[in-house]
Amino acid sequence: MGDQSTGWLPDPMSTFAGEVDTLFYFTLYVSTIIFVAVMAAMVYFGIRYRRRSETEVPEFVRESRILETTWVVVPTILVMIVFTWGFKVFVDLQTAPPDSYEITVRGAQWFWEFQYDTGVTSANELYVPVNRPIKLRMTGSDVLHSFFIPAFRVKMDVIPNRYTSVWFEAIEIGTYQVFCTEYCGTNHSAMLATVHVVSQEDFDAWMVAQDQDLPPAELGERLFRQYTCVVCHVDTSVGPNLAGIFGSERELTDGSTVIADEDYLLESIVNPSAKVSSGYGLQMPATFGTMSQKQLDGLIAYIKTL
Amino acid sequence: MASHPLDGHPAHLEHHFVSSEQQFDAAKMGMWLFLITEILLFSGMFVLYTVYRSWHPEVFALVSEVLDWRMGGFNTLVLLASSFTVALGIHYAQKNDNRKLIINLVLTLIFALIFLVVKYFEYTGKFAHGIYPGAAFDPHGIVDGLDYAKYNVPYAAQFFSIYFVMTGIHAFHVIVGIGVFIWITLRASRGEFSAAYYTPVELTGLYWHLVDIIWIFLFPLLYLI
Amino acid sequence: MSATAQDASINFLNYDKSLKSWLFTKDHKRIGLMYLVAVSIAFLAGGILALLVRLELLGPGETIMGPDQYNQSFTLHAVLMVFAFIIPAVPAVFGNFVLPLQLGAKDVAFPKLNLASFYIYLIGVVIAMSALLVGRIDGGWTFYAPYSERVGDSILYVTTGVFVMGFSSILTGLNFIVTVHKMRAPGLTWNRLPLFVWSIYATAIVQVLATPVIGITMVLLFLERFLSIGIFDPALGGDPVLFQHFFWFYSHPAVYIMILPAFGIVSDLIGTFSRHRVSGYLFVALSSVAIAFLGFLVWGHHMFVSGQSATSSIVFSLLTYLIGIPTGVKVLNWVTTLYKGSISYKTPMLYALMFLFTFSIGGFTGVMVGVLGIDIHLHDTYFVVAHFHYVMMGGSVIAGLGALHYWWPKMTGRMYNERLGKIAATLVFFGFNLTFFPQFIMGSRGMPRRYYDYLPEFQQMHQLSTYGSWVLGVGLFMILGYLLMSLKTGKKAPSNPWGALTLEWTHTTPLPHPHNFTQTPVVVRGPYDYHLVPEMFENAAEDGSVKSVHDVSQPAS
Ligand code: HEA
Ligand code: HEA
Ligand code: HEC
Ligand code: CUA
Ligand SMILES: [Cu+2]
Repeated sequence: MGDQSTGWLPDPMSTFAGEVDTLFYFTLYVSTIIFVAVMAAMVYFGIRYRRRSETEVPEFVRESRILETTWVVVPTILVMIVFTWGFKVFVDLQTAPPDSYEITVRGAQWFWEFQYDTGVTSANELYVPVNRPIKLRMTGSDVLHSFFIPAFRVKMDVIPNRYTSVWFEAIEIGTYQVFCTEYCGTNHSAMLATVHVVSQEDFDAWMVAQDQDLPPAELGERLFRQYTCVVCHVDTSVGPNLAGIFGSERELTDGSTVIADEDYLLESIVNPSAKVSSGYGLQMPATFGTMSQKQLDGLIAYIKTL
Repeated sequence: MASHPLDGHPAHLEHHFVSSEQQFDAAKMGMWLFLITEILLFSGMFVLYTVYRSWHPEVFALVSEVLDWRMGGFNTLVLLASSFTVALGIHYAQKNDNRKLIINLVLTLIFALIFLVVKYFEYTGKFAHGIYPGAAFDPHGIVDGLDYAKYNVPYAAQFFSIYFVMTGIHAFHVIVGIGVFIWITLRASRGEFSAAYYTPVELTGLYWHLVDIIWIFLFPLLYLI
Repeated sequence: MSATAQDASINFLNYDKSLKSWLFTKDHKRIGLMYLVAVSIAFLAGGILALLVRLELLGPGETIMGPDQYNQSFTLHAVLMVFAFIIPAVPAVFGNFVLPLQLGAKDVAFPKLNLASFYIYLIGVVIAMSALLVGRIDGGWTFYAPYSERVGDSILYVTTGVFVMGFSSILTGLNFIVTVHKMRAPGLTWNRLPLFVWSIYATAIVQVLATPVIGITMVLLFLERFLSIGIFDPALGGDPVLFQHFFWFYSHPAVYIMILPAFGIVSDLIGTFSRHRVSGYLFVALSSVAIAFLGFLVWGHHMFVSGQSATSSIVFSLLTYLIGIPTGVKVLNWVTTLYKGSISYKTPMLYALMFLFTFSIGGFTGVMVGVLGIDIHLHDTYFVVAHFHYVMMGGSVIAGLGALHYWWPKMTGRMYNERLGKIAATLVFFGFNLTFFPQFIMGSRGMPRRYYDYLPEFQQMHQLSTYGSWVLGVGLFMILGYLLMSLKTGKKAPSNPWGALTLEWTHTTPLPHPHNFTQTPVVVRGPYDYHLVPEMFENAAEDGSVKSVHDVSQPAS
């Protein structure tokens, strides 16, 4: 991962990240200085004026107008500086350059899907060319999510039935972590993705490779990982282990049984609440119904091999 | 605990107050604060109304014709009249005229009931044509050549959700008011109020004026514009 | 005098020991104590959940529970801590017990309403908690739509419970406002009010003005779940961002419901334990009111990345900083009060100074997340979690612990063990900072909140945080232990153990029954005018206690 760091913040990897960091450190240091000064005064007074005898009554100290005014004026000046600065950074973060390369993002329980202008889609793996402004147009399918790349200092909520956007320009080749930061249910903490920042050539090559036809089972294997099926179906108690499931007899919550044929598998993926295996809850999201026929075929082919 | 008749305190004076004035002032201030919370409760809904109206002005303009301004207007008059009778009631309480106090309280009660009856007919009239709050919204049927189905447009459901929530909560306040008026009338009939002590009448009156005022805002917003 | 003479051996604790006399009491002191028991239980339950949350985060992956249990644990932790504990805690416990005394009043203005508030609160807690029997409660304490509408019916119980608790909060606030306006003793002018009264007054204003909005929000959420009225859920044509506006319009002011009483406590503690007039009294008093009003204008700072318009974000950010100014006025005046004072380090004072340390960190980091450009990175990370624990736990709760130790002798008639008190305070201080400081660091590095699982690079910080929570836990359980012990074995408390000047200390301990004051007191000086009564301290005992004014002016006959 590219976002290891020794300081407070991960290393800045987008064009404006450095700007955000300067502002962050400025407020941090100013706050620290005031804090230390206040604490030093407290400790000094605390020692200097500790009570020496229970009968002592200290003299009255007249209030100082100047002091009270200082308490108001100095912080006001400081916060105005920080505000103006923060405002400027915010505006930079808001306005994507007009020549940005646009990618559509869909957040769903619990995966990220990316769609490029060529029609290629990928899940949980975002490829972008380096040194080129990228604008993400984002929408959601179910509940709120939030798209966060710490190394780029960008974050934006993803809302159903509405588009929001973020932009960034990556400055170094590498892979970076994406988090979902709006609570969205069971696997909120597993709703991760990776940004692969690659050179323009590698990006184009990758794009071409996506169009090639993989054998269905191989495609399925990749999707099974990308669409986070693994999170619930491998090594957990959330969903059933799918190994050997094809052709077996499944008991449902209503007591009836079905044979897990291809139709059943398909239905289980597109409409998980239709037939629920006994011993499990309704955790499986219904968001996979939007996959293409090819993708679904791939998944089923893969499940058969398990 | 409430009375110390032997100490020469009036019966209504609670022990922790110094004087009747203090008690009356405190009660009145408490009531005013309560009314402020009521206003804030409703202002939440007014904000909701404003927001949705500004997003979908044409929808709101279209579907508000479903509401019958004659019924709403009649109810406005009824509530205004009831506010007037309450005010008269307080006036007679101050004048020690218990009989007129009771008459006015009973009149207020009657007005409040009329209001609810009209509301009942309004609601059932809507329900008959599938106009429900929320998901059940499904306008249909033809009245006087007016086809309700034409109101089946996006965000019309929101208008009626807001309509039912606002008027529903308002009607709930009217019902609570009726309960309180019955209680006050009973106390008045036992002769508990006089020029020296009529706090409960005054406070109920304040509450009732608020219920009235909120309706005066609801009526034009929902029925007229 | 004879007509109202009271038997000195009868006090509010022992005049009638039956359970019934407690449950139906209209005495503000007893109601305060009942609240104390109730909110302590809520704190204990919320705290144990916090320890479980921390334990789960000791390592990545499943440690002691699965994701669903984790999500429910932190949600329940927050709901208990916010609605059942911290919002009622200081106003309802200490406000009830102390406010009428500090005003020289016999009771609050509406004692029956006061008792009703208590039961409404209890009913609210029970309704909210019964959700656990119905299903799961998750989604966090913010109940963001549309997620909260999809979880299941259990959420209906929580929102109804919060709605009901809201009523209790409103009625308490209303009662206090009227009490402060109408029930002050003669001579107790506004500029002679103890600062605790000022802050409870400001708090009450917020309670009365903000709480109705959470009420209507919860009603709408309820109806949406029930009738699908389509106000917040995008699938029905609603707008989820609107929900956030409604929620934060209450919940931001609510954070000042939590902190303003703490400000009052700290003012009183610092004044008392440095025997000094609180510097800038009027500024400190009025800044509470300023904070209360400004607090209504900044809710949008929770929504910088929510999709609200850029213009609103900018306005909210600006207003957010303004709140730092009146708060700063307080902090700096507290420090200047120490100047040329006579500072005694009793346990309550340790908490007051601890408050200055932890709350300032919380406040400064609050200003940092208020900066637009920075908040985009920090929003919904552990940086925010650390910020609000520094202000809520490090601010409100620490001040609350100070108050508990300060008024404990008045409330129970017993002294606790001072040495254990200091040891526990030290544990709380180090445990607290060890728990939450690492969270600033991992939050800056991108660790999102509400995460059951995390990347290995965050493990070190999470471990430190979990160890810290154990130290903190030991400190808090120690407090619980020695306070309960003191009820049995504690020394009898003198009437004025700290040498304080506010009215509650001028009377015998425990307070008499049926009336707080045998005669209505007449106030002739400010609450911290120590320099006007040096003779009071001439015969101060070794432990700092003095004869109360009452004892002095009315020699035992
Ligand atoms: C007791 C509760 C409490 C208090 C008092 C505060 C106080 C403040 N809070 Fe905090 N806050 C919360 C509880 C609280 N907060 C909670 C619970 C959340 C998260 C909710 C959730 O999402 O779950 C939150 C979140 C939160 C956010 C949103 C973060 C995000 O989600 O991205 C912001 C942003 O502006 C913020 C700002 C502030 C500010 C500016 C103050 C100010 O009032 C602080 C003022 C104090 C000082 C500034 C220090 C003392 C001053 C001086 C010594 C003088 C010198 C000062 C200067 C030069 C500035 N808070
Ligand atoms: C007043 C509010 C309050 C308080 C006091 C606390 C106290 C603590 N909180 Fe909590 N917390 C919240 C409010 C609070 N919290 C909120 C609002 C959230 C956000 C939830 C969300 O995202 O929706 C949160 C979330 C939150 C998280 C983040 C979860 C996540 O995002 O995944 C964590 C993790 O470390 C945490 C930990 C703790 C710990 C260790 C304590 C410790 O300080 C607890 C210490 C307490 C004890 C150990 C109990 C001992 C008590 C007694 C023995 C009783 C004694 C009685 C007397 C002395 C009278 N809290
Ligand atoms: C959040 C958890 C979760 C995720 C993610 C998830 N599932 Fe499931 N899945 C479940 C649960 C729980 C069940 C059992 C209940 C049911 O049948 O709905 C299940 C059942 C199934 C079944 C039926 C198996 C049986 O028991 O008969 C299939 C097939 C399936 N999932 C495939 C997938 C595929 C393919 C994906 C990814 C594209 C996926 N799941 C993602 C939780 C999940
Ligand atoms: Cu998606 Cu959290
Ligand atoms: Cu806030």
